[in-house]
Amino acid sequence: MYAPEIVAEAVVNGLMSGATYALVALGLTLVYGVLHIVNFAHGALLTCAMFAVLGLNLWLGIDPYWAILPLALIFFAFGYGLQRFIIGPSSHGEDRNTLLVTLGLSIVLENLMLAAFKSDTRSLGADTAFDVLELGPMLISRPRLIGFGVALATAALLWLLLSATDTGRAIRAVAKEKLGAQLVGIDPRHIFAVTFGIGCACLAIAACLLLPTFYVNPRVGNAFVLVAFTIVVLGGMGSIAGALVGGLFVGVVESLGGLLLGESLGQLGIFLIFILVLLVRPTGLFGARA
Amino acid sequence: MTDPISRRAALGAGVALAGLAMPRILRAQPAVVKLGILQPLTGALAQDGELGRIGAEAAAAAINKAGGIQALGGAKLELVVADARSNPEAAAQEVEKLQAEGVAAIVGGFASPVCLAASQAAARYDLPYVVDVGVSDQITQRGLTNTFRFAPGFGQVTGTALQNLAKLNEAAGKPCKTVVLVHEDGLFGSGLAKLMQTELPKHGFEILETIAHPTPARDMSNVALRIRSLRPDLVIPSSYYGEFVLLARTMRQQRIRPKGIYAVLNGAASNFRFVKEFPDAALNVMDCNHWHDPKNAEALALKKSVEESGKFWAYNIPLNYSCVKLVADAIQRAGSADRAKLTQALAASDFTGHIMPYGLTKFVQGQNQGARPVNTQVQGEDIKVIFPEEVADAKPVFPVQG
Repeated sequence: MYAPEIVAEAVVNGLMSGATYALVALGLTLVYGVLHIVNFAHGALLTCAMFAVLGLNLWLGIDPYWAILPLALIFFAFGYGLQRFIIGPSSHGEDRNTLLVTLGLSIVLENLMLAAFKSDTRSLGADTAFDVLELGPMLISRPRLIGFGVALATAALLWLLLSATDTGRAIRAVAKEKLGAQLVGIDPRHIFAVTFGIGCACLAIAACLLLPTFYVNPRVGNAFVLVAFTIVVLGGMGSIAGALVGGLFVGVVESLGGLLLGESLGQLGIFLIFILVLLVRPTGLFGARA
Repeated sequence: MTDPISRRAALGAGVALAGLAMPRILRAQPAVVKLGILQPLTGALAQDGELGRIGAEAAAAAINKAGGIQALGGAKLELVVADARSNPEAAAQEVEKLQAEGVAAIVGGFASPVCLAASQAAARYDLPYVVDVGVSDQITQRGLTNTFRFAPGFGQVTGTALQNLAKLNEAAGKPCKTVVLVHEDGLFGSGLAKLMQTELPKHGFEILETIAHPTPARDMSNVALRIRSLRPDLVIPSSYYGEFVLLARTMRQQRIRPKGIYAVLNGAASNFRFVKEFPDAALNVMDCNHWHDPKNAEALALKKSVEESGKFWAYNIPLNYSCVKLVADAIQRAGSADRAKLTQALAASDFTGHIMPYGLTKFVQGQNQGARPVNTQVQGEDIKVIFPEEVADAKPVFPVQG
């Protein structure tokens, strides 16, 4: 059995990983909740964002944390354009088309990155990457702690945006009743694109937080997307609170499972809970009843 | 109406003229020998595939610059590069394409599953296949007469790794007794861990724990945490590049400083990108792996030119370079690019023009008996060979003073 401080540190590690998972899941859940599309390009978009962070750092010397705001804006615009001019028009109102379009998009993006950046695994040689905070016996990684804080703040901001602004109200209206929203003068195509843009902005933030401690290669996004899909279903499709709580929960389960059962079997815990939730509460932890 | 020159006669004359002209064209340009280069250029293994291709292309360029293959009147080597797309099915399909292109032999594969499938597909056409890296012992145990492996296999590498570790530890006064094994949970890592578990205790090591992790792993904090709580003298990791870099960085961050990190066939421990990007985390990491002969001038010149082109050096480059030279040498010996003669020439080869720290090439059942792995260690910002002594260009730093 492990000493209590080791277990405590594993929980803290899990929370910090979980916050990043939650951020990736936020974008996914929002896009699903509003557009009702399962965005297969999510992983490839995350990888794009990570390469953007790497590029900004290598060529312009911009610190990943300073890149958060500009990159979030750039990726918002990029996501807006993608949905407005590519995904939306090519779907012709059919969900299964969207599925294929996003899948195709992920293949195109992945191979573009392969062509542009080659297949090397790269990381940022950031000076801060090795910083630790000593809390009693615990050594807590400073970049991951920053990641935790920013992820929580982003989730809170997003929640505020959805509940207190006109755009947020319009997004919720379109999600609930597209025709009704149209009747009161909301342009669903614009709102869809805004939602997709917000999803991409979340990915850009996640990328800025990940890169100081993680690595990037053209396929890296996939590692996070499977777990993000699990979180979305676990937390409830389209629920911000669900994605956050689900993400933190999955992070801790994975971390403790990894410590007690071994890293390979640690993943088992996530999927066992996932199956249980589907059996007992098919709408997810925070999902509204259909 | 009769035409003085019928159409048929005109055609006939044309053919005859062409027949007269053709040999002269052939004589003017020495023939070309096509060589298939099969590498995983896209997909999960693309990083390694690209390195392999660099080595193969450098060798072909060197051979052609030196006048091509003398026995065939200075015939140039022409590489036909095929993408195995990181999976065995695609590799087998690409072999069909290379066959259709009429290549004399195929070099490459990188990963064991790719090598297994591709060499088997090539065997159907009696097409000689030279494995560049693929370490699975199965590759040379199937009785395929077309398959040759120039580099050492898994059994030999791990056997040597264990012997060298024991020697290293003894020479330093046995500072290491306890070990933690960290391995990826696929075929490669698990197989290695199992072997270590049975063999290490025979050399007086105590295994505290064996930690498996998936690929890709998103986080290595918990693995590092367990290592910290166990306080082993030695950590033996067998993971792919991304995971090992993550582990080494996390260990450094968590201030875990064992007396040694001894990797076997590790994706990162002898990789210059890792050394350049995280010199602190990489410092003094040892590996038992393929590596070029650090005393071979041709190897050093190749390394210099690769580095000058802005790319990182890795063992795939000298291995593929040597394999292409091996095939060119066999074509020269056979005096022909004919497959049966080329296979015979490879089987009987005693090629020495390679740039690996190997002895005389001698294939027994397709495995080069002269091949051997070496021990490397990251010292300063360089990767040095520390074992065996006759090829080493540095002394081991062991145990590491944390």
